[in-house]
Amino acid sequence: MAIKLITPFTEENIRKLHTGDMVEITGKLFTARDAVHKYIFDGGKLPVSLENQIVYHCGPVVIKEGGQWVVKAAGPTTSFREEPYQWKLIDDLKLKGVIGKGGMGKKTLEACKTFGCCYFHAVGGAAQVLAEKIIKVNGVYMMEEFGSPEAVWEFEVKDFPVVVTMDSHGKSLHEDIANLSAEALKRFL
Amino acid sequence: MKQFAPSLLELIRRASAELPDDVVRTIETQRQLEVAGSQARYALDIISENIVLAKEKSQPLCQDTGSILFFVKAPLGFDQRLFSETARNAVAKATAKGYLRQNSVEPLTGKNTGNNLGPGFPTFHFEQHEDNRLKDIDVRLILKGGGCENCGAQYSLPNRQIEADRNLEGVKRCILDAVIEAQGKGCAPGILGVCIGGDRATGYVNSKEQLLRQLDDTNPNPKLAQLESDIVRISNELGIGPMGFGGKTTLLGCKIGVLNRLPASYFVSVSYMCWADRRQGVLLDSDGKISSWLY
Repeated sequence: MAIKLITPFTEENIRKLHTGDMVEITGKLFTARDAVHKYIFDGGKLPVSLENQIVYHCGPVVIKEGGQWVVKAAGPTTSFREEPYQWKLIDDLKLKGVIGKGGMGKKTLEACKTFGCCYFHAVGGAAQVLAEKIIKVNGVYMMEEFGSPEAVWEFEVKDFPVVVTMDSHGKSLHEDIANLSAEALKRFL
Repeated sequence: MKQFAPSLLELIRRASAELPDDVVRTIETQRQLEVAGSQARYALDIISENIVLAKEKSQPLCQDTGSILFFVKAPLGFDQRLFSETARNAVAKATAKGYLRQNSVEPLTGKNTGNNLGPGFPTFHFEQHEDNRLKDIDVRLILKGGGCENCGAQYSLPNRQIEADRNLEGVKRCILDAVIEAQGKGCAPGILGVCIGGDRATGYVNSKEQLLRQLDDTNPNPKLAQLESDIVRISNELGIGPMGFGGKTTLLGCKIGVLNRLPASYFVSVSYMCWADRRQGVLLDSDGKISSWLY
């Protein structure tokens, strides 16, 4: 059974979560990928507050139909590219969650522990299921600067399905599985 | 030539929105094997739902519609330049329609061309039919996302680090190392295309050509057939699982080809394809009309 959570999060919500928890998120998500991470890391400001919110590593396909933004596809992108920058965004923007795929490294894990943040893993490639969970596009920021896939899209979501793979207690499912699988491989060589 | 444009647009649409039947069947078989209530089952349930939804809505399975790779076999006298021009127009149109994401970036300026056109976008591999009696044009298309492309790996043997020598056992060690390195990052469960031999460029091209094979085919070389099935069996016992969440399904398939090598070189090139294995193909008649679908 999935745990249902509503944004904005509190530190208490986040500290209750552990790796392996299946979670469905309702509320807001803000997309952010390479250009935005670098921009904020270098001291850039966003025109919107992300305090207690979640950033989503996603470059969506969004097109305008009859004057309205329509999300055509919105799966996660590989998170590890943001590893040099993520810890600073968690700190500066006061993020409570990061959604992406593939997991992240030690700096991010440390920031999750220090500031009470979780890394949620969405199912990579499931662009249509995840797009269906986006019930509204509230707006878009930094479109001029970064272009559509790199812009910050503010989405309203309902029951957005993810798995906690890095929690606020210093545990990473990615590390665990990497160790277990490397150990298992020895049996076959 | 006038039927080529709509046929290629339809090929792109279908490649982006619909997985080939052999892939759908394999995912379903594996989904049933995962324990109900597990993270692996959760992931494969979402994947299955996604496959149905993308087809129904005729929209991209994955938002990263990836590199656009055309593999074309044509009869003697076929106009490759005209075909390429028509295919480029179809790609631009497919991008405007949202079948493909704007995905072509100039490395030096960071500028996205906005229509998926530019040097290397799309990529064409042309061959002439070996049999001159064949008149149809065989056009296959792979859309390969960046997440899985980043998990590709090329090994030069011997490799001390993973104790791989210049033999099939060494090749096996390379491929399994690539699986361990990829973990869930390439959107597991994945499909591997592998080339033994060749040079650094031809090895990778051949590894991608292996991805044109159906998952349920059998390699005509019995040694390679054995290696392919060993790799899938062992990988699925490593516990990496869908998305790297843990579980029984790490690979859906492994396809291995061979090219001659230089005496001094021994490369093993591995291309990782995500579960969203977007491959489609058509036979076109000389007017460009689709006479059949290949997968």
